[in-house]
Amino acid sequence: MIQILSEGDGKGMLLSMEHLTKVYPGGKTAVDDFNLEVEKGEFICFIGTSGSGKTTTMRMINRMLEQSSGTIKINGEDIAQMNPVKLRRKIGYVIQNVGLMPHMTIRDNITLVPKLLKWPVEKRNERAKEMIKLVELPEEFLDRYPSELSGGQQQRIGVIRALAADQDIILMDEPFGALDPITRESLQDLVKDLQEKSGKTFIFVTHDMDEALSLATRVVIMSYGKQVQVDTPDNILRHPANKFVADLIGQDRLIQARPSITTVGQVATKAISAREDQTLKQALGEMHTKRVDTLLVTNNEGKLTGFVGIERLNHYYGSGKRIGDIMDSNVFYVRKDSVIRDTVDRILKRGFRNVPVIDDDGKLIGIVTRATLVDIVYDALWGEADKSNSNDSGQTKETEDNPDKEAGKTESQAEVTQTTEDGDQK
Amino acid sequence: MINFFNQFGSQLIFKTWQHIYISGISLGLGVIVAIPLGVVLTRYKRISGFVIGLASVLQTIPAMALLAMMIPIFGIGAKPAIVALFIYSLLPILRNTYLGMENVDPTLRDAAKGMGMSNFQSIMRVELPLAAPVIMAGVRLSATYVIAWTALASYIGAGGLGDFIFNGLNLYRSDLILGGSIPVIILALVVDFLLGRLELLLTPKTTEEG
Repeated sequence: MIQILSEGDGKGMLLSMEHLTKVYPGGKTAVDDFNLEVEKGEFICFIGTSGSGKTTTMRMINRMLEQSSGTIKINGEDIAQMNPVKLRRKIGYVIQNVGLMPHMTIRDNITLVPKLLKWPVEKRNERAKEMIKLVELPEEFLDRYPSELSGGQQQRIGVIRALAADQDIILMDEPFGALDPITRESLQDLVKDLQEKSGKTFIFVTHDMDEALSLATRVVIMSYGKQVQVDTPDNILRHPANKFVADLIGQDRLIQARPSITTVGQVATKAISAREDQTLKQALGEMHTKRVDTLLVTNNEGKLTGFVGIERLNHYYGSGKRIGDIMDSNVFYVRKDSVIRDTVDRILKRGFRNVPVIDDDGKLIGIVTRATLVDIVYDALWGEADKSNSNDSGQTKETEDNPDKEAGKTESQAEVTQTTEDGDQK
Repeated sequence: MINFFNQFGSQLIFKTWQHIYISGISLGLGVIVAIPLGVVLTRYKRISGFVIGLASVLQTIPAMALLAMMIPIFGIGAKPAIVALFIYSLLPILRNTYLGMENVDPTLRDAAKGMGMSNFQSIMRVELPLAAPVIMAGVRLSATYVIAWTALASYIGAGGLGDFIFNGLNLYRSDLILGGSIPVIILALVVDFLLGRLELLLTPKTTEEG
């Protein structure tokens, strides 16, 4: 299952890989028809089990390996036509075992590529100072040798060595694999920060899913040389392409990620509602049969216009008015594509027992109840999937309660794409 | 002793010079040929086994036989001796160069290449400096061998301190034997010491203190 995210001829793309295949002598296919377009400033993570071809793919980008077929273009230029040595000087390279030259000072290590590019000495020294500040190490370190630094410090130098000559693309091959978790985390933060500040393009190979999900703007999941899924971390968490991806992510992570990726629309349960033009008698009948004390009110197009509670209904009963006349139009609602994480606080703080959910057209598509939120929080905390995918309607038969009197205009800032949730009303 | 110096003093200095000259040139040629060859072999691993094997075979030829074999080709004198000793000096240097280069951490070779070093730059700036101690060990070993065997080269008329030893053997004069062999030993020790200092000099610093 190959997913080509963006079509096109690769123009304007910083890096484009087309139908890349690598067959090793002996017939083992390490990479099979790999396609990827990378824009400037992206942080791409290749992730997969060992032998999935992720490192092989990465090493073809700086021609440490030659592909068997397919093309790689950087800024539209086929790298097969370029001098490999010159190409590599334009591409930063960070490897798992750091690979600092033990017989060179930290300064010489940092400025290794600038020296190859024949920068003048002063400029090189200046760059070394600039760079070491970037990774929060003291300037005195410049005169030391790699063996005098800790593993984490060495890899910090390894990272800035790859940036020192203003390379546009930085390749990282499991750079933090050999570090302890605490050091690894601080380096991840550092790299993410450097990447965001510099706007450079990173290609990062890892087998650590947490690392991939927290660093990447897009994740390329590979298995046996094939791309399984290429997407943003959010989308991968939300829609794992298949069981392999889901397993790779892990059940725990999928559940824990739920509040931050699940949209309100996905968990909304069916709302009990009435139309504006219905009579109060009809409304009371509806309340009675559904055992609720509040009805949401929609117009004929299904748009949410207000709500009406039992007291008000009682007050006006027999006056011959329609629901639309007596309803309270001051209703708090959330949009279906806001994510749960952003919504929970708002719902809980205002003390609502439930909140109507509307789609982009303002149509009522359901409600989120406190019981739904409890399910999600429970799952996130206890990790148990509990079989309930918590988006089936009907598991919460709650009394419709009055969504208080407070003015409730909510605008959802979450711009994530939503799954289908038809807005049909009864 | 003083008697010996009075009688052979000037001769001793001359023969010592000859000895240094013959072994120095042989070793120098050995270094010039074996180190680059060893480096090249690391880039053509398929033939490395064959070449190092060949050098090992040459090493097994008895020194005396090899010297004698040079006579039909080069006649007698210093020239055949230098060629024979050169052949002897090859193997330790060649093997150590190859091993030293091979033992450089592959990560570093990968890093050097990935950074954009050409093959030549990788060799000169990374691999040779890091392999220097091992290569120098080979050179020191060769130097000791060559200085010792240069004494044998006197047999084919090359001169050197071996002249004293062979004369001493022929004339049953132990003072001549000792007068030849002791300087050879001293020479070997001094050269080894000097090369040891050179090795330290060539071994790259990896800590601030050195």
